[in-house]
Amino acid sequence: MAKDDTIIVLDQLSKTYVVRTRAGRMRRHKREVPAVAEVSFSIQRGEMVGYIGPNGAGKSTTIKMITGILTPTSGSIEVLGLVPTRERRRLARQIGVVFGHRSQLWYDLPLSDSFDLLHHLYRTDRDRHERNLAEFVDRLELGPFMDTPVRQLSLGQRMRGEVTAALLHDPALVVLDEPTIGLDVVSKFALREFLHQVNDERGTTVLLTTHDLGDIEQLCPRMMIIDGGRVLLDGSVSEFKARHGTQRTVVVDLREAQNPLDVRSGWVIGTDGPRQWIRFDRRKASAAEVIAEITALAPVLDLTIEEPEIEDLIRHLYQGS
Amino acid sequence: MVRLLWEVGKRSFRRATTYRLATASGAFINTVFGYIRATILVYVATVSGGEVRGLSAQELATFAFMSQGFIMIVGAFGSFELPTRIRSGDIEVDLYRPADLQLWELANWLGRSAFQVLARGIPPVVLGMLAFDLRWPDPTWHWAVFGLAAVAATVVGFALRFCSNLLAFWLIDTRGVDQMVTLAVSFFAGLILPISLFPPWLEALARALPFASMIQLPVEIFLGLYTGWGLVWVIGQQLLWAIALLLLGRMMLASATRRLVVQGG
Amino acid sequence: MRLETARAELRLYRHIVGARIRSDWQYRTSFFTYLSAQVIFIAFELVALIILISLVPKFGGWDRAEIIFLYALATLPFSLGDVFISEVERLANTYVRTGDFDSVLLRPSSALVQILALEFELRRIGKLLPPAAALGWAAINLDITWSAGKAGMVVLALLGGTLIYSALWVIAGSITFWMVDFREGTNALTYGSQFANQYPLHVYPGWIRAIMGWALPLAFVAYVPTVFLAETANPLGLPAWFAVAPPVVALVLIAVAVVMWRTGIRHYQSTGS
Repeated sequence: MAKDDTIIVLDQLSKTYVVRTRAGRMRRHKREVPAVAEVSFSIQRGEMVGYIGPNGAGKSTTIKMITGILTPTSGSIEVLGLVPTRERRRLARQIGVVFGHRSQLWYDLPLSDSFDLLHHLYRTDRDRHERNLAEFVDRLELGPFMDTPVRQLSLGQRMRGEVTAALLHDPALVVLDEPTIGLDVVSKFALREFLHQVNDERGTTVLLTTHDLGDIEQLCPRMMIIDGGRVLLDGSVSEFKARHGTQRTVVVDLREAQNPLDVRSGWVIGTDGPRQWIRFDRRKASAAEVIAEITALAPVLDLTIEEPEIEDLIRHLYQGS
Repeated sequence: MVRLLWEVGKRSFRRATTYRLATASGAFINTVFGYIRATILVYVATVSGGEVRGLSAQELATFAFMSQGFIMIVGAFGSFELPTRIRSGDIEVDLYRPADLQLWELANWLGRSAFQVLARGIPPVVLGMLAFDLRWPDPTWHWAVFGLAAVAATVVGFALRFCSNLLAFWLIDTRGVDQMVTLAVSFFAGLILPISLFPPWLEALARALPFASMIQLPVEIFLGLYTGWGLVWVIGQQLLWAIALLLLGRMMLASATRRLVVQGG
Repeated sequence: MRLETARAELRLYRHIVGARIRSDWQYRTSFFTYLSAQVIFIAFELVALIILISLVPKFGGWDRAEIIFLYALATLPFSLGDVFISEVERLANTYVRTGDFDSVLLRPSSALVQILALEFELRRIGKLLPPAAALGWAAINLDITWSAGKAGMVVLALLGGTLIYSALWVIAGSITFWMVDFREGTNALTYGSQFANQYPLHVYPGWIRAIMGWALPLAFVAYVPTVFLAETANPLGLPAWFAVAPPVVALVLIAVAVVMWRTGIRHYQSTGS
């Protein structure tokens, strides 16, 4: 039924913080900060959705309201048919949460103890818990540090532990708030792959917030862009890529300063001594082609490819395609 | 160097002023305890015919509030940043400073202590005045002597904790030692009960220990219980303990620094 | 449904506390040092009390055994509460100020149970020893005839006292949801209460008596049970039916505590971390 398949539904959801700052010795100045403004969307079972926006856009606030740790100022929200802040415990049992900035594990306990504790906490069936645990330990290669206290794990190791913790009890929905932040490229890739598999094999609905476009590109067919507390765009990632984010910039350090290179697959947008910025349209040329052209034209010491920042895309959005 | 330490003290004072609600809540609990202690002591004096062991109800009530006010000023319950820094190894940075560690920490302590006089020393006593008849120093130059005694008291408090904190260089877990020191201070400094009310042999023991210099002695000076040479001797006791403990601290610091250099952190 | 949840929470509590005890036990020397320190600390408070009451022939008209009995009824429940409920004191600095309370709320378990279990420290059990010893000594030295009924009343008094202190602890903890920095002030509610309870109520001036009798039902922890159990002088003229009041008072206070706690959590949820 349609109702059963809707995992999350937000309707005109808003959250306004009241910030009190001290103005002078005694008086307090009250200011209202709208963190989330009339956001509406719904997410169906089995979807993988990316919620992307710059810092302070309202992503974490939305997640907090979805997971029940923050009450909305106005509007309504239902997750798995429950009102999050009112049925916190019931909801917690059915969802998994991963916070990039905060840990759901216990700092002083070894990973294995944390998992055992979770088994008691979520009252999962012993067999199912063991099976899931074995599978995750294997897939995420947790074996070598299962007995290490969480406090001593590297960020990458800890995130693998957090994701496992979130999925051990077979939740219908897993919510991740900036899970790849601070991870190295390899770990990011591995984590995204894992989430993809989980969604594929178990049908777990995934909601992911991030300001890393790579997360979205690799993982989510659907994305929502949020800025200033409002959802600017809610649609398919492929469509978005086709319309925006088409340009890339190659930053090249030549061996010696030269006139702007005559690159046919792109165009030079700036120079600074031996450094040149060359922009190209991804639809018309590949990065490889542009680089090949550049290196053929002049000796190159170093080069990097700049990814578009989400801020650039949003600016692009504001300006029209 | 003196200029540097003065700045350290000032900064410490300023930092302490930012915790307004925490300070107010602390002053609140000091006042509550002051009231209960004062009531009980006044009761004891009243049923004993107006005074017990030479102390009148008024003096006992004053003692109750003054001792509560003194808690934070002399750091009776300790301050434990040092052991944390020692255990984490951050202490090495401190030892490389152009200022002596003990003097640096003393400057910090005094800055905080100065703030505590205003924030948690005065309020309980002032609030105590509302319900109790308190005894004030008289003649006026007694206030100056009391001021000196108070400074000596807080230095003793510092020196004591400095020594016990430095044990973190040798012991893994200093919590047991910290607890013991807190207990010794609570009991023998006259915090739980004025030591003048102890049985004579226990009182003699308490007066021989440094803890009395932290609270009991300065409050007795406040009450004007000493005059002439007696007064000099009491202040002298405080100063002697302060110096002795500071020297012990220096010796421990030197030993610890040597150890650190040899072991490499 | 409720009963099943309660049992599940209890199972979780036992599991976590068991793990805490096992991990504490690994550092045995530290454990015993700390435990001994606790015993000594509380013992010294008792010593101070004994010194004080020795200064007057009859404290408040009560003899020594009666005062010690009062102390035991005031302190033993407090120590029990200290072992099982005082963990809620950690709420302010360890959970609310750091925002770690979010992690607590994200788990499918009662926030209070989680905090009480995760912060459990067995070594606080040392605090039970001095007041228990005091109770034993006083029981022998009281000028009354013991009976099964009286023994039962002692148990009820201890139970009621523990519940009252526990409620006070939860109330004190709840206050920190609104004012995180007020933590030390809330100690006045818990530690202050225990301290005030050590002395007979009729020794205090009227306004303090009013606070201890009506604003906070502290008098029902130790004073009221002592008056009836130890058959002491009753200068305030407490009516006989007061003897059965403590458990009722305790339950009322617990209800207040539960409401405050829940309201506190709702407040946390609306302001965020």
